[in-house]
Amino acid sequence: MSWKRLLGLAAAVAVAHPLVAQGTAPVNDSGATAWLLTSTTLVLLMVPGLALFYGGLVRTKNVLGTMMHSFAAMAVVGVLWAVVGYALSFGPNALGGLIGWRKDLLLLRGIDQTILPAGVPEYAFAMFQGKFAIITPALIAGAVAERISFRGWLAFITLWIIFVYCPLCHWVWASDGYFFNLGAKGAIDFAGGTVVHISSGVGGLALALFLGARHGYPKTAMSPNNLTFTLLGAGLLWVGWFGFNAGSSVASNLDTARALTVTQVAAAAGALTWILIETIRDEKPTSLGMASGILAGLVVITPAAGVVQVGGALALGVIAACCCYSMILLKNRLGYDDSLDAFGIHGTGGIVGAIGLTFFIRDAWWAEAAAKVPGWGILAQLKVQGFAVLCTILFSVVMTLIIAALVQKFIGFRVSESVEKTGLDHELHGERAYGLNNLN
Amino acid sequence: MKLITAIIPEEKLDEVREALIDAEIERITVLRVSGHGRQQEITVQRGKKVVPNLIPKVQITIACNDAFEDITVDTIIRTARHGEGKVGDGKIFVQDLQECIRIRTGERGGQAI
Repeated sequence: MSWKRLLGLAAAVAVAHPLVAQGTAPVNDSGATAWLLTSTTLVLLMVPGLALFYGGLVRTKNVLGTMMHSFAAMAVVGVLWAVVGYALSFGPNALGGLIGWRKDLLLLRGIDQTILPAGVPEYAFAMFQGKFAIITPALIAGAVAERISFRGWLAFITLWIIFVYCPLCHWVWASDGYFFNLGAKGAIDFAGGTVVHISSGVGGLALALFLGARHGYPKTAMSPNNLTFTLLGAGLLWVGWFGFNAGSSVASNLDTARALTVTQVAAAAGALTWILIETIRDEKPTSLGMASGILAGLVVITPAAGVVQVGGALALGVIAACCCYSMILLKNRLGYDDSLDAFGIHGTGGIVGAIGLTFFIRDAWWAEAAAKVPGWGILAQLKVQGFAVLCTILFSVVMTLIIAALVQKFIGFRVSESVEKTGLDHELHGERAYGLNNLN
Repeated sequence: MKLITAIIPEEKLDEVREALIDAEIERITVLRVSGHGRQQEITVQRGKKVVPNLIPKVQITIACNDAFEDITVDTIIRTARHGEGKVGDGKIFVQDLQECIRIRTGERGGQAI
């Protein structure tokens, strides 16, 4: 993440990576540790936030089934990450750098005593990273809402974490990862534009195309059952995102404050732009538009939070809202069923952010890059960013389709038509979201 | 004029509604209701079996002129039934309707439907 890129101020020490020691044994920095633990908690809060966001957008019969997709990620990935996920992501290169691996990271055994060079216990770092692994597959659920089986979902996210998330995470954030070492100062992905948002967004799109549209889509109107949930979820996501972005500095210092500031500004700019578009084009600003604009702004600033200043954050927020809005219009025209716009917002916003940030990088960063590789400029960095984005898209789409085909064949992914009609809540979970409809 | 009230399974609403629209019966009112007939629905909560005494259903109400009674009833039967029919498919009640008034114009009788 950005610690590696933003250390212009600490350039004399030249710390390259929080996991890579520089001589003397690191001591715990209580300020950095306290903020990292807080950030870890905030990022976990985003998952129930996402559950509410998605839960409000589906029809009454699928509320619990949809919220369970997010909560299932907390349960499945919560276990998986501690057992093998961290070892696969942050171990040293294995299989030619395709993935990481270190045996003693199994069950996190080898980090019981470790304080990282960034001054934080490795446990805190591992748990912080684990929350990112939880929310990423949960985002995919939005693309295929209202039509997948719970069993199939559990199997899918298990395989997806191991074969898509862990490799990508290793490439981008491990000190010996492919993208970390591209160009002058690596491909810029501060807090997960490629790893989290592009991978889940395009993976979701591939999955939506693979499984097909919901029964009756797009002819039957499928209205959100409760937009108050959705707004509440968007609010929780915004709050949690401060942990997501500002926590990614793995420090408690100037970089942290910079990331937090641009996160706030981009989210607000995205929200404002979206409701302005709706006011002008559709006559009425909607609460769903407000929630969508917030998300678009938050997603776009995620890769950029370490390198752009306030002006760039405003610009990215505005651009993201315009692009995501257009992508949803395009979806309606093309007719594919990305049900809750996981691709429309996370995929689109992630791509716009990862590419667009190149035009708004602060001068200090360019100076550092030029010091390493003379003449390093926008075009060269643009190539690095484009390459990272393209690889992420290809890898995520291909792997997602393979995993989906396996799950469909051996476990069953899409529910039957009658289950889809009655609703996931009753058919798969034996429950209903709202007691009001049932007098007892 | 007739007043047709049908109690149907929740999941059949879209199918019934679409078939009615195809048959040019486009004026309906829909309610969520609970009740019990002969159907029993057992659910398990925290490992304990629970038999709810009220089961959620959907009620649709249609007022129509006498000539449309048969097509309305037939369409609902055809689309609300599960396969060969099972307990819980619902019921249809047909009543004589004394009067129908369109509030906007004050029209009365068959032309107001």
